Amino acid sequence: MRILIKNGRVIDPANKIDAVLDILVEDGRISKVARDIKSDPCDLIDAKDRIVMPGLVDMHVHLREPGREDKETVASGTRAALHGGVTSVLAMPNTTPAMDSAENIRLLRDIIKKTACCHVFIAGAITRGREGRELADLASMKKEGIVAITDDGSSPDAEDVILDAMTRAGKENIPVICHSEDKAYVNQGVMNLGFISTQLGLRGISNESEYKRVARDIQVAQKTGAAVHIAHISCRESVELVAAAKSKGLRVSAEATPHHFTLCDEELAGYDTNLKMNPPLRSRDDVAAIIRGLADGTIDAIASDHAPHTENEKEIEFDRAEFGVIGLETELAVSITELVEKNILSWSELAKRLAYNPARILGIKKGTLSVGSDADIIIVDSTREWKVAQETFVSKSKNSAFLGRTLRGVVEYTICCGKVAYRR
Amino acid sequence: MTKNTAWTKKDLLGLKELTREELELLLNTAESFKEVISREVKKVPTLRGKTVVNLFYEPSTRTRVSFEIAAKRLSADVINIATESSSVRKGETLIDTGKNIEALKVDIIVMRHNCSGAALMLAKNLRASVINAGDGWHEHPTQALLDMFTLKERLGRIEGLKVSIVGDIAHSRVARSNIWGLTKLGAQVTICAPALLIPPGIEKTGVRVTSDIDEALADADAVNVLRMQFERDAENAFPRQLEYFKNFGITTERLKGAKKNILVMHPGPINRGIEISSEVADGSNSVILEQVTNGIAVRMSCLFLVSGANENIKKVGRLTSLPVNRLKRP
Repeated sequence: MRILIKNGRVIDPANKIDAVLDILVEDGRISKVARDIKSDPCDLIDAKDRIVMPGLVDMHVHLREPGREDKETVASGTRAALHGGVTSVLAMPNTTPAMDSAENIRLLRDIIKKTACCHVFIAGAITRGREGRELADLASMKKEGIVAITDDGSSPDAEDVILDAMTRAGKENIPVICHSEDKAYVNQGVMNLGFISTQLGLRGISNESEYKRVARDIQVAQKTGAAVHIAHISCRESVELVAAAKSKGLRVSAEATPHHFTLCDEELAGYDTNLKMNPPLRSRDDVAAIIRGLADGTIDAIASDHAPHTENEKEIEFDRAEFGVIGLETELAVSITELVEKNILSWSELAKRLAYNPARILGIKKGTLSVGSDADIIIVDSTREWKVAQETFVSKSKNSAFLGRTLRGVVEYTICCGKVAYRR
Repeated sequence: MTKNTAWTKKDLLGLKELTREELELLLNTAESFKEVISREVKKVPTLRGKTVVNLFYEPSTRTRVSFEIAAKRLSADVINIATESSSVRKGETLIDTGKNIEALKVDIIVMRHNCSGAALMLAKNLRASVINAGDGWHEHPTQALLDMFTLKERLGRIEGLKVSIVGDIAHSRVARSNIWGLTKLGAQVTICAPALLIPPGIEKTGVRVTSDIDEALADADAVNVLRMQFERDAENAFPRQLEYFKNFGITTERLKGAKKNILVMHPGPINRGIEISSEVADGSNSVILEQVTNGIAVRMSCLFLVSGANENIKKVGRLTSLPVNRLKRP
């Protein structure tokens, strides 16, 4: 089966391409990228005035299966991914049971094999039950195919635990994804600590809760030589710490979410629980720092931290609502609207943050349009506007921080493994 | 007050969202009701046929009783729901509880809740009016209104007054509502608390901030002493009780450095010997019991205005037929 994508503006940072070209897909792979490709017979897609780029690699996704299939499943989450232009996701291990053993990972792999609509990579837990005490068996999980470890949702407090974990991860050459949060500073907080939390009378979470733990995680990375990735960074100090680590040549990378580079705590005036997440929306100053970090490359990746929750868990008092928002279906449009349209990132830089860099950090062969690679390609109408509404989502959950906003950029085709997996 | 100011809000959720004119309307209307409750027959038929539900998720005696009396003085039917006696404990959500109460054809829900923002959430989901009787650390508008009413009654004005608020500002909805209301009406507000009990950014509201009680009292026309809730100190931010009394307690000795006629206020219930000495609480500067009386007038004003807005009182004819205008002092 062949697909010929004609006349699109092809963006492929891996090969430094930003030009109007054709792409030929054969047998699930990219077989040719060139001008005026002639091929017969084939499915022809006219991509004139469209962006053609690698399918997104979202390295921070909560698919909730097994355990909370009422929020999301591998099937629904990956369908949502395709709708958002995402062709590869990294599934976070905070499921029930947690992905902390070869056996549990086999269970998830089986579900993925049967139901996933896009590529699903698995992150194993750092510690058993993600409790921060006893290390999970990394070697056996690696045999089952995990590509990273993380206790996402929490961070091992004990320094000897994280030291051991990073030492082993370094030896196994598996990246450690750090949910850098010191709960001692969180103080039952539900939003950013500052004048807005003062006005709303809500408990605040200080920047310290994040950057003190980022500092520690970087320190241990330096000691052990492990590849360390800081997840969902939200505050100025964290960006500075990552920049300093990079200038020292450490193997440190970082990601930011669309909500953290777009929204600040001032949005919370109406106690909207769809703006409650961890880390919280920070101050305007922090948002500016995240944007600078994305612009100058300190922040390597954009990831959604897709965290589905049911209506019952969100339509309650702010203090009691769950933390987290969905993001698979809005991350591309928010990034186009906030970063490309505002001239903060070029299309190539955007493709790096959304596809090429996350793949490189995870060591997976994704995120490029190189000849011979899996044909994971999206075709995007970058000028079309749309309004985010509950009914626009394919995900089982609708807890988006961007409801009601007008965004620019619509995915027209998502091609996964050489097949049109989604078409608008 | 401009004569044609009309109340147009369905709810009363906090003082931050109100205009100066709306605050003045609430206070002026309360003046008329103060006259009503000072009569031999303390009841007017204003809210006859209306139903008010007091929905209290936190233990409270004085605020609930005050609202109950206020509603009864207005001839409304009043139902009290406390968490212990309702299905709240069976896991019903706040919105469901609210909708069920509304389905009973209730006109006004007065709610006390331990979560900040709960009153707004209820109001957004119901057609019935919601009056916030305190939500978390966020706002307690009727308390601040009765504090302001007392100031105005005693001192004749609010504009230009120097008012100090002393105590646990960080966790106090009373402090927040007072700050919004007083600054909007032109008072100069000082807050005074141990450093750990001053919430971040509070100076951006236009208040002066100090941890020196003598400085806070020096030129104040009134001091509002907050209750120190030592039993709720989850964060260990509080100093020890004796230490607090020594450094921040309002005593006769301490008042020697203040204006002779300084008004001493307290939202109650008072902790004698913790934030205030008995001598001061019972002394000539204290207006603590007047505040309690004024609470009824202020809550009648809130119930009256909110109920009218709900029925579209913008029609002036309807407004003038209500007793409050006839009760206006010359």
